[in-house]
Amino acid sequence: MAETSEIICVACPKGCALQVKHEGKDVIEVIGAGCRRGKEYAICELQDPRRMVASTVKVKGGLHPLVPVYTREGFPKPLIPQLAQKLREVEVPAPVKINQVVLQNALGTGIDVIASRDMPKVD
Amino acid sequence: MKHNYDVIVIGSGPGGLAAAIAAKENGAQDVLIIERDLELGGILLQCIHNGFGLELFDQDMPGPAYAQHFIEKVKGLGIHTLMDTMVLDITPERKVYAINKDQGYIDLSARAIVLAMGCRERTRAQILLPGARPAGVYTAGTAQRFVNVEGQMPGEKFVILGSGDIGMIMARRLTIEGAKVERVLEIMPYLTGLTRNYVQCLLDYGITLQKQRTVNRIIGNDRVEAIEAVSVDEHWIPIPNSKEIIPCDTLLLSVGLIPENELSKKAGVLLDPVTNGPFVDDRFMTNVPGIFAAGNVVHVYDLVDWVTEAGYVAGKGAAQFAQAEKIKAGEQIQLKTGENIRYVVPHKLEKAHLAEDEVRLQMRAITPIEERVLVTVEDQNGEVIAKKAEAYARPGEILSLSIKPQAYDAVQQATGLMVNVRKR
Repeated sequence: MAETSEIICVACPKGCALQVKHEGKDVIEVIGAGCRRGKEYAICELQDPRRMVASTVKVKGGLHPLVPVYTREGFPKPLIPQLAQKLREVEVPAPVKINQVVLQNALGTGIDVIASRDMPKVD
Repeated sequence: MKHNYDVIVIGSGPGGLAAAIAAKENGAQDVLIIERDLELGGILLQCIHNGFGLELFDQDMPGPAYAQHFIEKVKGLGIHTLMDTMVLDITPERKVYAINKDQGYIDLSARAIVLAMGCRERTRAQILLPGARPAGVYTAGTAQRFVNVEGQMPGEKFVILGSGDIGMIMARRLTIEGAKVERVLEIMPYLTGLTRNYVQCLLDYGITLQKQRTVNRIIGNDRVEAIEAVSVDEHWIPIPNSKEIIPCDTLLLSVGLIPENELSKKAGVLLDPVTNGPFVDDRFMTNVPGIFAAGNVVHVYDLVDWVTEAGYVAGKGAAQFAQAEKIKAGEQIQLKTGENIRYVVPHKLEKAHLAEDEVRLQMRAITPIEERVLVTVEDQNGEVIAKKAEAYARPGEILSLSIKPQAYDAVQQATGLMVNVRKR
């Protein structure tokens, strides 16, 4: 039985309201997408919802006590609370470089968590 | 340290960084950024969430990464920076007065200025929130700085007033850090932030948003203990019997942003009462010639990418203005007092004026010479450009001499003119 779900695309700030016709997890048609990413998002949202996750990890000896980090790609949504917990335990030594991996293969997903800026060392 | 710059940019958020880069790339030689924080980047550094750069780079970047892209460019271009420095005053003549720990009071001047101070958050006082005044009431951006930069959690149980983007983003952020967000309240009947943030910040984390509902009262003496929420009608009048006490230890306010224009006003910049930012032309120049404004200082943007674009336009305009100023200065030449001359009027002359008219100089001698004298105007090499013989020179009697249009070519090549009166 085909059904229609309304979801809001979060791929960009436009936030298109999508009408997704689907049978179970199989997408039949997507209406209302402003660009090609809308359909990709709709499929992903039904089959394997993912989100970019941004947080911070502790830094030892840095200009600030934390360095901001983010997942290199969308992270499986159900695992986000576990990832958040895990990141609270991570500590890296300064200096940190932008794009440096701070948590490799997070929770076995194959997705790295990387620094989103340089964090200089301060004596 | 240099004191004169082509372009001085005040603030190093996305607008300021882009303005400085564009100024430099469009021919300004000495560009200076003044920043009050320890680092360049402005509020982007605390906006650790993704969603920046989609318009400009087709990339989904966190705020700090977006900032770093431009910071590296600024450093690569040799743009000067003054960090940890507070600008105290700006004048319409484009003087900038600032202060910092190392140099104390700093006195600068610029051919063009770009105002890029960004905006401020509306505070509790500005929305007239009733109730006690305990600790635990913060603007969302302040809490964002605590959590994302300083590593301090401002509380454990939160209520957020306002469904602006910063409020919703903080709701998610606090949840990720292990806090509980009890509620997001919005006085308007609609979301005031992006729908996308409603989905990925509130819905994803099971945080409840209530519209047409606001804080009626803050409860607690030393620390927030609860807030009393109430429903309102379309005129924001509380609806009876709609109160709810929500226990919490912290209330965050995400109730709007206002362009930060205290410095602009000091410089004589006129503000639009609707945007709270300066009136600007198509190159973001304000009503004060040579003073430009870029980014959220003009009006509050939705996307950082647009702030960057505005910064580019303003920076280019500032560079062009500075260059025109320089050319103008180059076309004018100082008339200096030489041998036995106390003063000369005019003090400088615009070279181009000689093409059509003679320029009459008037001066006074310092000491009397009671015999025949020669009054001369000489260039920097001592070549005589104009001269006149007089029977004597007395301080009590003005001497006068004209530079004729015939001297046009010689004056064009001169870099300085000196007036003298000597015995023949």
